[in-house]
Amino acid sequence: MIVQLSHPQRQVEIKGPKRTKDLLRELNLVVEAHLVIRGDDLVTEDEMLADADQIEIRPVISGG
Amino acid sequence: MNCGKCKTKAVISLPRHNAAFCKGCFTAFVHEQVARAIKSFKMFTPEDRILVAVSGGKDSLALWHILLKLGYRADALYVNLGIGSYSEESHRKVRHYADQVAAAHGATLLVHVVEQEAGAGIRELATLLHRPTCSTCGTIKRYQFNRAAVEQNYDVMATGHNLDDEAARLLGNVLHWQEEYLDKQSPTLPASVEGFAKKVKPLCRLSEREIAAYAVVNRIDYIVEECPMAKGSKMLLYKEVLNRLETESPGTKQRFYWGFLDKQTKPESAAETMTEKDQRTLAPCQSCGQPTTAGTCSYCKMMAKAKTAAPR
Ligand code: SF4
Ligand SMILES: [Zn+2]
Ligand SMILES: [Zn+2]
Repeated sequence: MIVQLSHPQRQVEIKGPKRTKDLLRELNLVVEAHLVIRGDDLVTEDEMLADADQIEIRPVISGG
Repeated sequence: MNCGKCKTKAVISLPRHNAAFCKGCFTAFVHEQVARAIKSFKMFTPEDRILVAVSGGKDSLALWHILLKLGYRADALYVNLGIGSYSEESHRKVRHYADQVAAAHGATLLVHVVEQEAGAGIRELATLLHRPTCSTCGTIKRYQFNRAAVEQNYDVMATGHNLDDEAARLLGNVLHWQEEYLDKQSPTLPASVEGFAKKVKPLCRLSEREIAAYAVVNRIDYIVEECPMAKGSKMLLYKEVLNRLETESPGTKQRFYWGFLDKQTKPESAAETMTEKDQRTLAPCQSCGQPTTAGTCSYCKMMAKAKTAAPR
């Protein structure tokens, strides 16, 4: 699956199927600081993501 | 995972509340949290005119959205800092939200452009003044928001500060024992003197992640990119640390900040000293004579139990 990341903007390719929380762990990202969005929809940590899914991992922490 | 309220598919789980919600129930949850903050900190009433400080980021746009959905009279002010593409993009997002959503609720967007009044953007000003950009920025934003609120007769000014912002700020203040700043962490600051607007933080019960989720669920188009000046800020470090603690024990951030607010509103009962308290609560153990709050001390109880336990 193609995973869109921010700060800086980039894309990585990750092999599916994979659970949301395992995807975050693999990328070393903390759940509390990120949202996982499939297409236009938010998904929970137990959701299974398929190889064909368009995924965005959006950081939610701002420093201002 | 299913929504704890209506059992349809959940879109978010909230470990600190031991809950999971679908889109509709999550939106209702967020509205309820904001309504509770408004009520318990006496922020404003439906008659009041509110000025929301918007930046184009998730917190301030979500705040404006929530207030309008709850039926409040809320206009917004955007300050264009003149930070290259970041300012252009955030300005576009705010304008877009104002035209597409806020206008239909009868709400107006006010704009202040730093370059127009000061002749330069915030970074150039900071260099001229030999001051850090963020402190120059803070002074300008505070001034402009307060001035607009007072001059245009708003009853209260609202900012998008969330639980993470306040917990991180509290951690910073406590680490450096900046007690003089602690008073300013209350979610409602009064219009103490003529010329000062009343200031409130209606999102203080919601975490940053919850607010971002609210924005995604309600299709609020905000700027995800950060202000380039925020890079490496102490606030980010404090938030990171708090989020690691939060992951290990959900509810840490809320206990830290809300506990502080509780203490602040209920001043300690006419300061009993530790000696006075000990004298009031401790008495000799019936068995060994050492001070204890119980009739028999915990050591004696433990030993008695060990002796009666069946030997192997
Ligand atoms: S990071 Fe600094 S310069 Fe950027 S908006 Fe925040 S205070 Fe202003
Ligand atoms: Zn539901
Ligand atoms: Zn004893």
